[in-house]
Amino acid sequence: MLKEYLTVREIVGPLILLEGVEGAKYNELVEVEFPDGSVGLGNVLEVEEDLVLLQSFEATSGLNIARTKVRFTGRGLELPVSRDILGRVFDGLGRPIDNGPRIIPDERLDINGNPINPFARDFPTDFIQTGISAIDGLNPLVRGQKLPIFSGAGLPHSRLAAQIARQAGVLGMEEEFAVVFAAMGITFEEAEFFVQEFRSTAALERAVLFINLADDPAIERIATPRMALTAAEYLAFELDMHVLVILIDMTYYCEALREISAARKEVPGRRGYPGYLYTDLATIYERAGRIKDAKGSITQIPVLSMPDDDKTHPIPDLTGYITEGQIILSRDLHRRGIYPPIDVLPSLSRLKEKGIGVGKTREDHSPLSNQLFSAYARGKEAKELAVILGEAALSDEDKLFVQFSDTFEDRFIRQGEYEDRSIDETLAIGWELLRILPRAELKRVKEEHIRKYMEGADQA
Amino acid sequence: MEAGVVVKVSGPLVVARDLPDPKMYDLVKVGKDRLMGEIIELRGNRASIQVYEETAGLGPGDEVISTGEPLSVELGPGLLTSIYDGVQRPLDVIRARYGNYVTRGVEEPGLSRERKWPFQPAVKVGDEVVAGDVLGTVQETTVILHKVMLPAGVEGKVSHIGEGDFNVEDTVAVVETSGGEVPVTMMQRWPVRRPRLYREKMAPSEPLVTGQRIVDTLFPISMGGTACVPGPFGSGKTVLQHAIAKWANAQIVVFVGCGERGNEMTDVLLEFPELTDPYSGEPLMLRTVLIANTSNMPVAAREASVYTGITIAEYYRDMGYHVALQADSTSRWAEALREISGRLEEMPGEEGYPAYLGTRLAAFYERAGRVICLGREGRVGSVSAIGSVSPPGGDLSEPVTQATLRVVKVFWGLEDRLAFARHFPAINWLNSYSLYQEKVEEYWNQEVDEAYAELRAEAMGILQREAELQEVVRLIGIEALSDQERLVMETAKSLREDFLQQNAFDDADAFTSLMKQYRLLRLIVTYHRLANRELEKGRPIEELIDLPVQEEIARAKFIPEEEMERFDRLEEKVAEQLAGEASQVNA
Repeated sequence: MLKEYLTVREIVGPLILLEGVEGAKYNELVEVEFPDGSVGLGNVLEVEEDLVLLQSFEATSGLNIARTKVRFTGRGLELPVSRDILGRVFDGLGRPIDNGPRIIPDERLDINGNPINPFARDFPTDFIQTGISAIDGLNPLVRGQKLPIFSGAGLPHSRLAAQIARQAGVLGMEEEFAVVFAAMGITFEEAEFFVQEFRSTAALERAVLFINLADDPAIERIATPRMALTAAEYLAFELDMHVLVILIDMTYYCEALREISAARKEVPGRRGYPGYLYTDLATIYERAGRIKDAKGSITQIPVLSMPDDDKTHPIPDLTGYITEGQIILSRDLHRRGIYPPIDVLPSLSRLKEKGIGVGKTREDHSPLSNQLFSAYARGKEAKELAVILGEAALSDEDKLFVQFSDTFEDRFIRQGEYEDRSIDETLAIGWELLRILPRAELKRVKEEHIRKYMEGADQA
Repeated sequence: MEAGVVVKVSGPLVVARDLPDPKMYDLVKVGKDRLMGEIIELRGNRASIQVYEETAGLGPGDEVISTGEPLSVELGPGLLTSIYDGVQRPLDVIRARYGNYVTRGVEEPGLSRERKWPFQPAVKVGDEVVAGDVLGTVQETTVILHKVMLPAGVEGKVSHIGEGDFNVEDTVAVVETSGGEVPVTMMQRWPVRRPRLYREKMAPSEPLVTGQRIVDTLFPISMGGTACVPGPFGSGKTVLQHAIAKWANAQIVVFVGCGERGNEMTDVLLEFPELTDPYSGEPLMLRTVLIANTSNMPVAAREASVYTGITIAEYYRDMGYHVALQADSTSRWAEALREISGRLEEMPGEEGYPAYLGTRLAAFYERAGRVICLGREGRVGSVSAIGSVSPPGGDLSEPVTQATLRVVKVFWGLEDRLAFARHFPAINWLNSYSLYQEKVEEYWNQEVDEAYAELRAEAMGILQREAELQEVVRLIGIEALSDQERLVMETAKSLREDFLQQNAFDDADAFTSLMKQYRLLRLIVTYHRLANRELEKGRPIEELIDLPVQEEIARAKFIPEEEMERFDRLEEKVAEQLAGEASQVNA
């Protein structure tokens, strides 16, 4: 029998202070019974002697001091898992909401997980072909990587994330593949877009969805990504699947965290976010990767919207310090009608060098991408110059670079939402674009590659 | 067993009461899982404890046991090639015993008790020895001879000395002291927060050669020096740190992955055994100790990790080795301080960091240096400390960067603007600096060439001039420049692209010796000087740029170390082509 307490002393925002409690443990799961008989979940944030501070995952409206009951469960927040979670839709706390049957669990897993021993990790090296040139060619995704999409309000990050989920595959491999999708604070329409997308491509039976919508309790969001990653770890490391995790939108997650921190009157770090935001985000993002001797893997694509498109805002900033690169969307490209509007220069894949090259993609992939990067950067610089001084001020060479960067945006970056380019196609476009430039400027690519891939194409 | 009782749990902070005889920074074991923690505050009968492991499931009433000792590391043969967490638990052993995840309450000694090491005595019975004297040696790896030293505070006459195979707990020697016989093992314990002792500290003199051109030539660090690498994310801090760990001419490298990515440590772990040290020809791992406390591992252990690292570094320094200690990233360490400070409800300083942030950082970097070690031999060893800093939003005015800049002597400022253009290492050559420049120039004069310092100054001048001229070009256009000025732009571009840029992932380019750096720089500056002379003769700039030889200069960084004479030919070519054009014009 669970111990039940009627000793609530304070309710402040999402926090409940309870007195006279015996044997409470830090991070323990509690059930909060509302005066109207409904039951919500919460967990222990702090214990001191007989005082316990709880955070309620449910909105606290309707609670009162006299008649609220709290029961201590003696365990942490857990997710019941079995193979049957595939194809199911859950709420942000892992309760089915698709009218399907209850999950009969093989195991109940603590959603906080344990850190992977760095010695047990295996380095991500398998190139994932997403079919999107701006990613595959320049900022390639590697199996086991965590690569966020930094977006802004009104930009097509959902479509891009869905396209990646639809097209992603490893060259020459057919393996068990699953998608775990966690929605935090997004609107019904956005969530529905993904559900429909999974349904229409028959991917739903390979997917597990955790949905916390904008009007669901905000504090519940703190558990949602951990639910999703617990499911992902189960699928990847116990059922040997390759799992792609999409977390959208991390900004709302961080805001929920800030809400709790503010209610606890903690000393804030930047912009009111708690000082431990970095560590907290790390416990989410670091749950990606490969483990030696394990067949499965977890690849993470968190999506976050940057307030005011500001990359130095604490959320994108701290995310960038943890993840292995970032894909940044550009409002400018979007305005000019270019899809996907990926701003390739500040985008980065830190695992690029390990995932490409001979035996993985092609020998010329790395130098070619460096050449494209530096040429595009120079073209953009020249364009800025032209804005101030006029076209006439540009040298002939600079004009070529401007032409290059325009064509590059139009032919390399721009592609259809359902266009799935192979890596060879992507690289071929890259080489073709380089012909615009004087040969002497191609300093980053090797002679032999120029002959083989650029000029060789002439003879063919 | 003396036990106290938990009264409060808040994240990594636990408060216990009634601990018998608690002392600040004593190590304690908390709860039934015996989680490791450290006392960081005492108030009356209450002790605040930072716990190095996840505290979920702890609650009031749980038992706390004090060990009565501060957090210490085990020092002895077996450190090299190891990978530890922040409190020196061997991660490889933990994986073998407990599986793929780091679970709680794991206790494993830092040094293997089973492994036997062949001990070669260096003293005889009857010899007088003082602390720091080498009693014997062990070939720890093929490249490093481990010296078993008499621990601090012991002095006397050797009454027994062993020879043969021992484990780290076996007595290898007995020393007759005024206070009785002291048995000596190959292992010492040392509290991590206390600097290890030395006889005398000295000013640094020799450079720590890293093989990175912009570092060695423009902003050198000396052996025993301190440096910081601040930069926004994606600017290449970790790649630079890894490159230095790989190629620096330190004999020992201690790499502390402090609150950073798990995959980065994996990268080091998988790569270092494969890479060969350019100095010894043996795998790099044989001279490396790794400390990995990744961002998702408990935050208090992250705070301890840099101390664990520098204590191990000091231990090898005491043997007379040159050690490079690299901490990536000190910002994460500072954040751990901030988190603990917040939980203690201390009055915050700037941006929530504790007011003692600056003192702690200074005390850490001050443990670097070149010293004369304890012992009668007068060995010289050094610890060079290189810390990355991750300023939020790349804003260098934030407290951690500022507190770091006050103590370190070298500043390699990384910039995302350069990184976006894939200019690596993305060190800004205009605002970075090294206060070791003059010391290092003396070394260059003797070991490389007397003209090196002058060349460097000229190259720096050209780069600075370029920045000024770029302003002009931006406002008025390139036509506004004189021919001399356009030549400066041309040479500066060559310096940036052909000298400063270096590809850490290209086998031929990853490491450049000092001699080759000098030759490469001389080649570019020679072009500049000769072209300038032609300009003075009245020839137009158009004839002096876009020469075929410039393409060869661009590829000169790939000239192998053993074919240095190719630089002679290239320099001749530069002269020919600059003059050759002239003769065509005259003809």
